[in-house]
Amino acid sequence: MSFPKKQTQLEVRGIGKTYGSVIALRDVSTVVNAGEVTCVLGDNGAGKSTLIKILAGVHQHDAGEFLVGGSPVRFSSPRDALDQGIATVYQDLAVVPLMSVWRNFFLGSEPTVGFGPFRFLDRKQGRSVTRTALAEMGIDLRDVEQPVGTLSGGERQCVAIARAVHFGAKVLILDEPTAALGVKQAGVVLKYVAQARDRGLGVVLITHNPHHAYPVGDRFLLLKRGRALGSYEKTQISLEELTRQMAGGAELEALAHELRGVAE
Amino acid sequence: MTSAPATSPSATSPSDERVGSSRLLDRLVVRPEIGALLGALLVFAFFSVVTEQFLSTGGVATWLDDASTLGIMAVAVALLMIGGEFDLSAGVMTASTALVTAILATRLGWNVWLALFASLVFALAVGALNGWLVMRTGLPSFIVTLGTFLALQGLNLGITRLVTGSVQVSGMRSTDGYSSAGLLFASTFTIGGTSFYVSILWWILFTAIAGAVLVRTRFGNWIFAVGGSALSSRAVGVPVVRTKILLFMTTAGAAWLVGSINILRFTSVQANQGIGLEFQFIIAAVIGGCLLTGGFGSAVGAAIGALIFGMARQGIVYANWNSDWFQLFLGVMLLAAVLVNNALRRRAERVRR
Repeated sequence: MSFPKKQTQLEVRGIGKTYGSVIALRDVSTVVNAGEVTCVLGDNGAGKSTLIKILAGVHQHDAGEFLVGGSPVRFSSPRDALDQGIATVYQDLAVVPLMSVWRNFFLGSEPTVGFGPFRFLDRKQGRSVTRTALAEMGIDLRDVEQPVGTLSGGERQCVAIARAVHFGAKVLILDEPTAALGVKQAGVVLKYVAQARDRGLGVVLITHNPHHAYPVGDRFLLLKRGRALGSYEKTQISLEELTRQMAGGAELEALAHELRGVAE
Repeated sequence: MTSAPATSPSATSPSDERVGSSRLLDRLVVRPEIGALLGALLVFAFFSVVTEQFLSTGGVATWLDDASTLGIMAVAVALLMIGGEFDLSAGVMTASTALVTAILATRLGWNVWLALFASLVFALAVGALNGWLVMRTGLPSFIVTLGTFLALQGLNLGITRLVTGSVQVSGMRSTDGYSSAGLLFASTFTIGGTSFYVSILWWILFTAIAGAVLVRTRFGNWIFAVGGSALSSRAVGVPVVRTKILLFMTTAGAAWLVGSINILRFTSVQANQGIGLEFQFIIAAVIGGCLLTGGFGSAVGAAIGALIFGMARQGIVYANWNSDWFQLFLGVMLLAAVLVNNALRRRAERVRR
């Protein structure tokens, strides 16, 4: 590798997880460096969700090693992961739709004033900090009192990303942030992913779209049926090759051949 | 709510022109209690015109009292509903707590204060059990609390019959500490020559605290969050299980307050009391703007919902109508509230991709 060695925020070595007799994940290794994007690619059921749930503290691994900042960890709840600076933005679960933008922004880390039984939410502070934090990420919102449900899908993801950045996350895990979005909205979200990266966060981007992963990714982990199909630095792989591998390579070519046969 | 639009012009000036002039209206419309407030004004105006006693101080004291115990429960149930859960055992719980207090005080000779304390512990334990079962099993709280509802109903009758040989416990008046406890829970105070029950003050106090907690504290933020989306809340570190269990305990605690008010005022309690009230609590909360699906609602709204209940129930009496009409009124009111709430939620959840 020609670029300087970056600080490793998070690393998994030969990690595995079984649900009863189902092997959801087996022997997967990757690293997440500060200021870099590690993309996890794979089709449905490849084990992407299992991997991020382990990283996010929702589930615990039962094989291999999970290191944060060089020391092994085992999270018992998402709160543990958050306390270690690992923030996760889920595709559908990023925000609470009926709550206002600023209440979502501070959810779980609300600013308060007063003491004892008279600790109240600092609403003024909450609103103004939300507004500035979103503005810093380049998100221009009409009104931070509006329910998040009134925002577009892309804007909602952006609010969740801005929240993670604001609360000092070292690692940002994004679960299919572009899956349900239109082309333009997906582009906007990727722009914020790049912005989080440039701020020095280590980003884990889960997606099944190589066209979304390639422009922002530094490292690509391909999963298939719970196993690592391959792990590449950006210099080692082209978009075409990534797409081919992602789609199942030879299988897809065979399918394409078959379809051509049908057409003729 | 409190801040004028565009407090910091430097940060928001480019976005201001997109806000438009309908913003104030939008703000008002998303307040969950607006519908209930309009309904309450309507009911108030109607019975004020139609009947004479309704506006007399005695009349006001009567319908306020009617609304008060219902209101305490409706507010607690509203918090629970905003948190995304139901408690069908809340109605029968008001009788269970009264029975525990009465049996301990009259049969075992406990001081009333001690009996009240034991009864509170019992209530909180049942509330915690409700919450723990719901969180542990992941079953809908509707079915879990239906179970506790039936169990409590059986216990109320079974134990009362076992202890007293009848289905009623009475004789509170001759127990130790009755007068001091009664002063706190069941006394009256006089304004302009009319006596009002102290339960009205409890209702106002409880509503004020619940309203402040809901809108102004971290815990209140968590109530909205766990009701709106428990998974999202957990993902950002909100203690979902603890929040929901505390809400179940709050409901049970409110039932204890209402049970205590009742037992000290009437000095006796029927073992089959309280059954069916749970739906009145839920109806009052829904009229007050709570969504059945959780995540949206208001404590003050639920109190207003209870007020509508009280005014209509007593107003119909003053108007010399048959009380059957109350049920019709209730049904229409509930339907109207659900339709309005549904429209509000669509507005709030409107997705623009």
